[in-house]
Amino acid sequence: MFVLDTIAHRLKRGCETMAYPAGPAPALPDRHGGALKVEASKCADGCNVCVPVCPTQAITRPEGKPVALDLGRCIFCAACVEACPTKAITQTGDHRMAVRRREDLVLGQAGEEQVRLAAALDEKLRKLFGRSLRLRQVSAGGCNACEADVNVLGTIGWDLSRFGIQFVASPRHADGLLITGPVSKGMELALKKTYDAVPPPKIVIAVGACAIAGGPFVGHAQVRDGAAAIVPVDLFIPGCPPHPLTILDGLLRVLGRLEKG
Amino acid sequence: MSASTPFALLANATSIPWAEVPAWPVAELVRATAEELNRGGRLCAWFGVPEGEATCLVAVLAFDADNTLAVGRSLPFTGNYPALTATHSQAHLFEREVWEQHGLTPEGHPWLKPVRRTNGDAPANGEFFRVDGREVHEVAVGPVHAGVIEPGHFRFQCAGEEVLHLEIALGYQHRGAETALAGGPHRATMSQMETVAGDTTVAHATAHATIMEALAGTEAPLRAQWLRAIALELERLANHTGDMGALAGDVAFLPTQSACGKLRGDYLNLTALLCGNRFGRGLVRPGGCRHDLEPARAVQMLERLAPALADTEQAVAWFWDAASVRARFENVGTVFAAQAAEIGLVGPAARACGLVRDVRYDHPAGWHRFAQAPVAVWPGGDVFARARVRSLEIQRSGDFLREQLATPPEGELHGELPPPSPDMLAVTLVEGWRGEVCHVALTDAAGRFRRYKLVDPSFHNWTGLALALRGTAISDFPICNKSFNLSYCGFDL
Repeated sequence: MFVLDTIAHRLKRGCETMAYPAGPAPALPDRHGGALKVEASKCADGCNVCVPVCPTQAITRPEGKPVALDLGRCIFCAACVEACPTKAITQTGDHRMAVRRREDLVLGQAGEEQVRLAAALDEKLRKLFGRSLRLRQVSAGGCNACEADVNVLGTIGWDLSRFGIQFVASPRHADGLLITGPVSKGMELALKKTYDAVPPPKIVIAVGACAIAGGPFVGHAQVRDGAAAIVPVDLFIPGCPPHPLTILDGLLRVLGRLEKG
Repeated sequence: MSASTPFALLANATSIPWAEVPAWPVAELVRATAEELNRGGRLCAWFGVPEGEATCLVAVLAFDADNTLAVGRSLPFTGNYPALTATHSQAHLFEREVWEQHGLTPEGHPWLKPVRRTNGDAPANGEFFRVDGREVHEVAVGPVHAGVIEPGHFRFQCAGEEVLHLEIALGYQHRGAETALAGGPHRATMSQMETVAGDTTVAHATAHATIMEALAGTEAPLRAQWLRAIALELERLANHTGDMGALAGDVAFLPTQSACGKLRGDYLNLTALLCGNRFGRGLVRPGGCRHDLEPARAVQMLERLAPALADTEQAVAWFWDAASVRARFENVGTVFAAQAAEIGLVGPAARACGLVRDVRYDHPAGWHRFAQAPVAVWPGGDVFARARVRSLEIQRSGDFLREQLATPPEGELHGELPPPSPDMLAVTLVEGWRGEVCHVALTDAAGRFRRYKLVDPSFHNWTGLALALRGTAISDFPICNKSFNLSYCGFDL
């Protein structure tokens, strides 16, 4: 009775895994806004109203220089978008934000208005990891939001394992680390040990504003302002937390699993 | 409580001048606090306020039956004082924290060791309680655990499979959230409050916003209070549903695990429908809310909520119908009601021991003054009871949302927010999905934060997990742990 009931219900619901990436990506919530675009050329002379409204000091405009927004520090509150009088900072609605190099997250000057999306790993690594990537997750001061939205990728809607990507319990079984949190001092040693325990070659993925740059806790004496202070990082995925779609895009992008774009 | 209490009384989400908080010699504060706890009071917060070279101790108590909070403080002092923990164990972590932060030694505290401080390389490099004997072995787990989860260290003393004692060493996640508030509010304060415990964003954000409003002697417009209440229940639904799935996963009951994993995301997406962020970030601000739920959006929310609730009901029903699940949950990880009261458990963990304890009901503030959900209580104190309370709360939060979404109050989203008054103490309790979130703020002469105390429900409840493990097989640790599902960063701050 109970077993039949369960099976019948499952059959009725059918396959609940999304079509993406073969089909279209699910829409971001309309108020999410997606990535930011910063056109320094549109800034009024001497205007810096966006600078003080940013809670994580992600925006700077040094005297005589164009405005620069560090999407790695950004927590996507959109306070700058609301404050900007000339619409120099806008939301693109794009979920894709992952980059390979930290500087590719700095937006502003001509030619660098948007993030320079991550390129795939080189041929050799792609051959090793492209169809089977095992990751050890380390939360190093993370607030459990990035962790939760990484976990979500394992649910039936996203089904991360269909791409051969899996989270494993031991660093010895892993091809790399996925790090969340600003790296609290208390986790520094544990993170270092976990990294050392992963056999080379290995990759490191920093997920969320905290792991990239310290997030809301940037500059605190108790944190190291991101994973790069401890280990070399190969992929940065911005957000607070990044939408699961943004994380998935980053993973597939670095593995060269996305056909285009 | 009686009218003769020497403490200053106040209601949740209000403030009183610091000068009106009665001050006694510290021994008298400890005695008076003990007396109120004996009379049914509950310790919400116990913390130090630096005053020159010395420190004042502050006690914040809740009298649930009287819907009243009470505060008292000691005169500034240094050195030692008689431990409250000696007679009331619910103070044990608070007194360790005060010792760590201010160097005040509670004399007679049975287990005085740091709460978060790193000792050498890591917080766990300290002394652990050990059970001696040739048959006894020790199991150390963490800080990095097997899943996608926050770090903490667990030290078990076992005889064979049986756990004799579990000691939990946290502090790995310490980011300095409380110290960062001194002299605030700062530019990053609101974002920090939203990440004190990331899965409890709405509760902590609401507590902080309410503190700012109480200090300013005002409150948010009704429509904003209504929105905060809706977001709070969505947060509860998402987390409770996720917990039911996780519990199912730990006993290898896959239909419920699969369904709940996805449904949790559906509830998070409803929060994102409201404010763009799946965890409710950017919604609550001091003075009101930043995003509205226009009629069309409310209709959409109701339309998406109904099937999610129906599916959750179904997925949870499979779970309760299976004898194999019930057998794994019953009489496992039991915390007795008397123990729960003694250690001051809060939230679903307390209600699963039969304690009727819910801030929305006992200390209603904001929208909960006008709209309530029945308190979900289940006796037993085991994993079964904690799961049962969650599934009852899923139903009640669903009903609450259906009712509230149909009857929105009119009005502004954001009101005028005057600057905080100087030399005031404000207290706010919010019933987050794990239980009581407590914020206490004291302003200086300029109206800046002189001291800001954060108490996440996990601070009260980790001891409950340790007690639940006593006499339990170590292989049952995962389900016991999931049945509490406590926050590491909320504890570590």
